Amino acid sequence: MNKKFVPFAAALTAAALLSVTACSSSDDSDSGSSDEPVSLTYWSWTPNMDKVVDAWNAKNPNIQIVVNKQDGGDPAVTKLLTAIQAGSGAPDIMQAEYQKVPTLVSADAIADISAEVGDLKAKFPDGVWNGVTLGSDAVYGVPQDSAPLMFFYRSDVFEKNGLEAPKTWDDYAAAAEKIHKADPKQYIGTFSATDAGLFTGLAQQAGASWWGVNGDAWSVNINEPATQKVAAYWGGLVEKGVVDNKPMYTPDWNAALNDGTQVGWVSAVWAPGVLEGSAADTKGKWKVAAMPQWDAAAPATGNWGGSATSVTTQSKHPKQAAEFVSWLNTDPEALKLLANTANVYPASTDATALLTEPPAFLSEQADYYAIAAEAAKAAKPFTYGPNVNVAYSSFNDAFAKAAEAKKASAFTEALTTMQQTTVDDLKKAGFNVAG
Amino acid sequence: MTTVSLPTRKPGRNRSAVATTLLLLGAAYCLLPVLWVLIASSKSAGELFSTFTLAPSTHLFDNIAELSGYRDGLYWRWMANTALYAGVGAAASTLISAMAGYALAKFDFPGKGTIFNIILAGVLVPGVILAIPQYLLLAKLGMTNTYWAVLLPSFISPYGIYLARIFAAAAVPTEILEASRIDGAGDWRTFAKVVLPMMRTGLVTVFLFQFVAIWNNFMLPYIMLGDDKLYPITVGLNGLLNQGASQPAMYTSVITGALISIVPLIALFLTLQRYWQVDLAAGGVKA
Repeated sequence: MNKKFVPFAAALTAAALLSVTACSSSDDSDSGSSDEPVSLTYWSWTPNMDKVVDAWNAKNPNIQIVVNKQDGGDPAVTKLLTAIQAGSGAPDIMQAEYQKVPTLVSADAIADISAEVGDLKAKFPDGVWNGVTLGSDAVYGVPQDSAPLMFFYRSDVFEKNGLEAPKTWDDYAAAAEKIHKADPKQYIGTFSATDAGLFTGLAQQAGASWWGVNGDAWSVNINEPATQKVAAYWGGLVEKGVVDNKPMYTPDWNAALNDGTQVGWVSAVWAPGVLEGSAADTKGKWKVAAMPQWDAAAPATGNWGGSATSVTTQSKHPKQAAEFVSWLNTDPEALKLLANTANVYPASTDATALLTEPPAFLSEQADYYAIAAEAAKAAKPFTYGPNVNVAYSSFNDAFAKAAEAKKASAFTEALTTMQQTTVDDLKKAGFNVAG
Repeated sequence: MTTVSLPTRKPGRNRSAVATTLLLLGAAYCLLPVLWVLIASSKSAGELFSTFTLAPSTHLFDNIAELSGYRDGLYWRWMANTALYAGVGAAASTLISAMAGYALAKFDFPGKGTIFNIILAGVLVPGVILAIPQYLLLAKLGMTNTYWAVLLPSFISPYGIYLARIFAAAAVPTEILEASRIDGAGDWRTFAKVVLPMMRTGLVTVFLFQFVAIWNNFMLPYIMLGDDKLYPITVGLNGLLNQGASQPAMYTSVITGALISIVPLIALFLTLQRYWQVDLAAGGVKA
């Protein structure tokens, strides 16, 4: 067995010989004084984040931020966790999606910066702020963007079929049937078994909160009535064949959006950017509306995505890092840059006043950001747990089979699998699990 | 004689027709994907998934311009990085393989058999498996996210050492080494002036193998690097596809980037081809 390590033992020897020269690559100084010039690395996958950071760097010669652009979402988090375990190689500042914050906290990857950033609570909606405090006194990052769900639809196709934007999920089901009957190639949407984040948002809208903290134990409530209702609803539509069962973000799906066979999309506030990339030919034909509701009298929505900016536990300069993180997500100049240059929908409540122009792809929709702001306020509270990745990959496996089978019963059964897998994993990882 | 030779010629002709067909099929199998990349990279983003697969379009240069414009020409930096990783890595690996292979083939020392067996075992271990342990080691030295993190692990190639040993045993006669010693050359001089030139054709093979392996390597740089200015093309293009749910994947740029990235490999093979031909011929004569 030891044989296989020989090539890499040789590499180690070579590495030891060269380490003298390589040590110079670290430019951190050991002193924590804020007068010393420091250079901090920042991992983010937000496009044009380097241009937003340029504005900070120009004004703060002693705290220079270097953006390392990452692959979107999961890969960067995996990389960060590996670096934390290895003891070096992590950046100072990290983009952390809300659903990853509990994972990063329990892996001791991101630091509590409550002492450094002071009181920012008032600047963010409660649900969003809760996402970085996890209900405690600690602050594990400053919220950057929120991504409330909305309903995007092809207004020309809806008009042709005499339909309005669906107000309730019953309306949505009726519209789905009507559109598919009128043209068997057209679908109002698809159930994507590869987008756990969207399904989580739909469950959140229905009132689910999959994880919970009870004293020193975690609870898992995936297989519960609200989520079952959502799964059965989509399973029913797929079984009837009025909603497609193909995954999103594939070349096929892009083509379907572009050639008008997918005429609706339950998505988040960032959707126009995606539509612009995948369905350029349909520009000007899309409109947005608030989400279809379970109870029209009590409008609610969920989130799909959204992230905070956190300081890692490996940073030697948490004070300076926190100073930057706080500027980035609350300063009016930074918020403007985030919204206009990086195309994110800032989480800060101060940002609503800055967003007046609708996104270019939906330029006709003057009230775009008004609808988004309403949606952001209506997001239901939702608690994520420390093993979201396990729950999500279990979603992918179980719902891929259910979507393939096109049986409503298979959709609700898939929740049993998800619940079991998630609980088992939590127990195996050594967490206390209640219930 | 003619009556005998006629029946033997016929099946011979048939066999070559079958062989030709098989080879043509094989060639088509290998070349069709390249053709697809070539055609797809000439399409605009709108045409990519809507027009007929094999219908070329006219947007190749637009696509190259768009790719070059991505974050101020970052793609070309990835290209330069890849050339550095593959060029320096393959050159160093070839030199190390030559030295190790020569020593294993021509010298007797205690533990020689064991060392060679260990290297043989190393050939069987895929590099992917070693990427994580290598990451943990380099993290201890604080060297992750540097050029060294990708270069160092590629210096040692068990397969290269194995090939070099076989080649040194076959191509370097012991008599010549004795003659060189009698003439007063030291070990280094013998290696540099006598052995290396004799092993040249074999070392070209080692170099090409290692160059292509590093050029196409994904896992090691993917794990080691966090700064996209250090990325090779493979990891960089993968990033353009994984932009996260809120961004569209940049299919057109990725396809165009993939097309450009194979051009240097083709050029390298065409330039070094003559050494390979010599190599094959030389091997044939000795066997």
